[in-house]
Amino acid sequence: MANLNNLTLAEARDGLSRGDYTAVELAEAHIRAIEDASRLNTFITVTSEIALERAKASDIRRENKEALGSMDGIPIAVKDLFCTEGVQTTAGSHILEGFTPTYESTVTQNLRDAGAVMLGKTNMDEFAMGSANITSYFGTVKNPWSADDGKDRVPGGSSGGSAAAVSGHLAIAAIGSDTGGSIRQPASFAGIVGMKPTYGRCSRWGMVAFASSLDQAGPMTRTVRDAAIMLNDMAGFDMKDSTSVAQNIPDFESAITGSIKGLRVGIPAEYRSDGLSDELSKLWMRGVELLKEAGAEPVEISLPHTKYALPTYYIVAPAEASSNLARYDGVRYGLRVPGDSLDEMYENTRAAGFGEEVRRRIMIGTYVLSAGYYDAYYVKAMKLRTLILSDFKRAFEGVDIMLTPTAPNSAFPIGELMDDPIQMYLNDIFTVPASLAGLPAISLPAGLSDEGLPLGLHLISKPFDEETLFRVGGVLESSLEFNAEPSFLRGLS
Amino acid sequence: MSYVLEGKTGEWEVVIGLEVHAQITSKAKLFSGAATNFGAAPNSQVSLVDAAMPGMLPVINEICIEKAVRTGLGLNAEVNLHSVFERKNYFYPDLPQGYQISQFQKPIVGEGILTLNMPEGQRQIGIERLHMEQDAGKSIHDQDPKLTYIDLNRSGVALMEIVSKPDLRSPAEAGEYLRKLRVILRYLGTCDGNMEQGSLRCDANVSIRLTGEEGLRTRTEIKNINSVRFVMAAIEYEARRQLDVYENGREVIQETRLYDSDNDETRSMRSKEEAHDYRYFPDPDLLPVILKQEFVDSIKATLPELPDKKKDRFIGEFGLSVEDATTLVSDIDIANFFESAAKISEPKLAANWVIHELFAILKRDGLTIKESPVSWENLGKLVSLIANGTISGRIAKDVFEIMISEGGDPSQIVEEKGLKQISSTDEIEKMIDELIEANPTQAQQYQDGNLKVAGWFVGQMMKVSNGKANPQMVNELLQKKLS
Repeated sequence: MANLNNLTLAEARDGLSRGDYTAVELAEAHIRAIEDASRLNTFITVTSEIALERAKASDIRRENKEALGSMDGIPIAVKDLFCTEGVQTTAGSHILEGFTPTYESTVTQNLRDAGAVMLGKTNMDEFAMGSANITSYFGTVKNPWSADDGKDRVPGGSSGGSAAAVSGHLAIAAIGSDTGGSIRQPASFAGIVGMKPTYGRCSRWGMVAFASSLDQAGPMTRTVRDAAIMLNDMAGFDMKDSTSVAQNIPDFESAITGSIKGLRVGIPAEYRSDGLSDELSKLWMRGVELLKEAGAEPVEISLPHTKYALPTYYIVAPAEASSNLARYDGVRYGLRVPGDSLDEMYENTRAAGFGEEVRRRIMIGTYVLSAGYYDAYYVKAMKLRTLILSDFKRAFEGVDIMLTPTAPNSAFPIGELMDDPIQMYLNDIFTVPASLAGLPAISLPAGLSDEGLPLGLHLISKPFDEETLFRVGGVLESSLEFNAEPSFLRGLS
Repeated sequence: MSYVLEGKTGEWEVVIGLEVHAQITSKAKLFSGAATNFGAAPNSQVSLVDAAMPGMLPVINEICIEKAVRTGLGLNAEVNLHSVFERKNYFYPDLPQGYQISQFQKPIVGEGILTLNMPEGQRQIGIERLHMEQDAGKSIHDQDPKLTYIDLNRSGVALMEIVSKPDLRSPAEAGEYLRKLRVILRYLGTCDGNMEQGSLRCDANVSIRLTGEEGLRTRTEIKNINSVRFVMAAIEYEARRQLDVYENGREVIQETRLYDSDNDETRSMRSKEEAHDYRYFPDPDLLPVILKQEFVDSIKATLPELPDKKKDRFIGEFGLSVEDATTLVSDIDIANFFESAAKISEPKLAANWVIHELFAILKRDGLTIKESPVSWENLGKLVSLIANGTISGRIAKDVFEIMISEGGDPSQIVEEKGLKQISSTDEIEKMIDELIEANPTQAQQYQDGNLKVAGWFVGQMMKVSNGKANPQMVNELLQKKLS
């Protein structure tokens, strides 16, 4: 029997349907792996009992010839941003420690309805604010990849726990969420596939909000095909989310045809920033070459407002966050630290409950929305956001898809960049523009850095054209032939 | 006859603008499916959205949009086809989200007009805007010496905030504005207007200035006044307080004040310096509200006849007096009751019966027109019986009493109790002959010139006929027979 921890989602699906193994066996193998990998600190809550219960139910369905589909019996990890009925949901924050929702987020419910088996809730940057998974109240996650220097690496963030779980073979797939790059950047750091669908594709209902106009759930997997399969069961219009879009959901897996002949691939000139490292530059060009060899046509394009994307993002996202996080006030649920007056209770609770990065963003957001600054910051940022969107619209008139690097660097050692938020924010420089424009994008592992750490390439497609994303992603993935394994799996760390 | 404050420094006028919060009549809240019934047990009508649980999202209740548009149209206001919900951010325990979803820069309804019929003539009061917003929950401070309790039943209930221009010039005008607005909202069916239950609440912005002075002086805002009487009293007090401030050489400061009805005074609540910075911004959880003109037109097509128009029609079509028409249109249910009864009888007489006889009974028993013990149909029938001479007005009152105590159709009551008016000449003549014969002395007195005796005979006729003899005919025939 195959090592049950090394299966892709597609392989596990086929093995389950052939009866090579049971969902319970798959779940048990992954629960063991999670226990063995506790030093990575990937999970905040492990839900072994729920996993076994749901795996058992899946096996019974299969026995009765009532198997639900591709996800039935597949063990997955869930970012702790998604509310799960009866299971603690913290968003990586002390302020929500012990909070157990009575309801299930639409995305997790969809996957649950499709038969997926939840292994547990993964660690993450507090309220999804971070690019290294170092802001979690529940401790830093370690990347299964490390370099020769022996220093533990960050897994990226904010979906760092989900990325590490998939990379370290603790789960076949994981749910992540992406606001400015929180799926794609950790996917790049952990050598996996991370996909952010079009804004509105997946419901945000039951997902703890960071920046409502940007937040979007997506799959984190080891292959492009797996991401396509998983997205099919995550996505869907939801009446409970006014920003969810009633769009047809095609069979994403069948979009992976292997043929990209004649497709025009945009290479945005503005992403060739001065700071881009040689190895990343080379990798990017290699990607272009491979797509060209496969029959696509590279086209130089311009997205002139790219340089404003990061500053725009760091106004819009904190502004929304400052308001979204107002509900954590100690009154109804989560942490409460008493005080002598109401204001004191608020201050004590929020000071103790929120970490430094969250407090920083709440303050930035409060500042940019306050009287006298609103027009100079928020209104201007909204205008820039419109310009960034029209950059993409114009460029997509001439191309079908865009190729860029995912992140400007590979996973850095834990402890670095921590004192410099701006350096940390720069990690999102290539992922943020697509977030602001609400576009679907995918990061796939493309090669190793000189240090032996994974680097990702990033594809962006038109709104609701995830199919092209998967089609091109599939071709790029097979031609890149990335098959390096993290040191953790090789028993090196 | 304008309202003037006589001060040592001259004559002052008061400038008032009202902000009215009207609860939209709807089964569910503005952004959640929770119920909105008044008087439910605390926290029994709270959804996950209303309690602002993590990850919960608002979804607009379309009924509320329709009713806001309807109200806008009823106020002759411009409906904005593009409006935006924004977040008004502030911390308070009964505001679970930490922000109120409201409309700020782009309200759903823009400028409109409300016409007041004041004793001194008509006044056009400008409406600045109407926007939709969520209500907050309720903080209850009197259950525990230290703790505050929160009831979230109201949290998320749909409100319309209707803001007037500073066009009102007296407490009486402010009172009339509020009454008129309430009548229109009830006509439109968009708010029940119940001030005791908090469905209608009012903030008053008050400033004063010397008569003839240009521009506005500093205003104060009196919050959350819950009756028409208190609105007038609060403005009255506040205007005099401001006059006193100016005349003592001080300045009015911009602040929020509360009206204390027990002591009939306003008290400072917080000054401008303590005011919140609400950090309004468009709610990213909600899309802009985009309306089609056809949608607005379709609502316009179903607007009811509004009170002023109805009043004019009652006067023109039914010949009612201005006073009676005004009384009858003051409530849509009364107007409908009256009109239905009028259409099957005689309108002026029907108006009289509704306003005098029916209102007296309703008042006596503390009932609304909808709870009237007599249906419009039976009242109409009763009025018809009077109008066509079947019964006299006097008998009608007896029939009405029976209708109230026992119920039933008036024609049946008249039939069963034999109350029909006697209008046959022969029959009445016969009764008169008998009466004269039995009372020769009185008949002689009349013939001797004591014409007052006729009245005595009329009384006797009514007595022997049990009030059923047609009084007019009795008068005529008596005169003929006696002379």
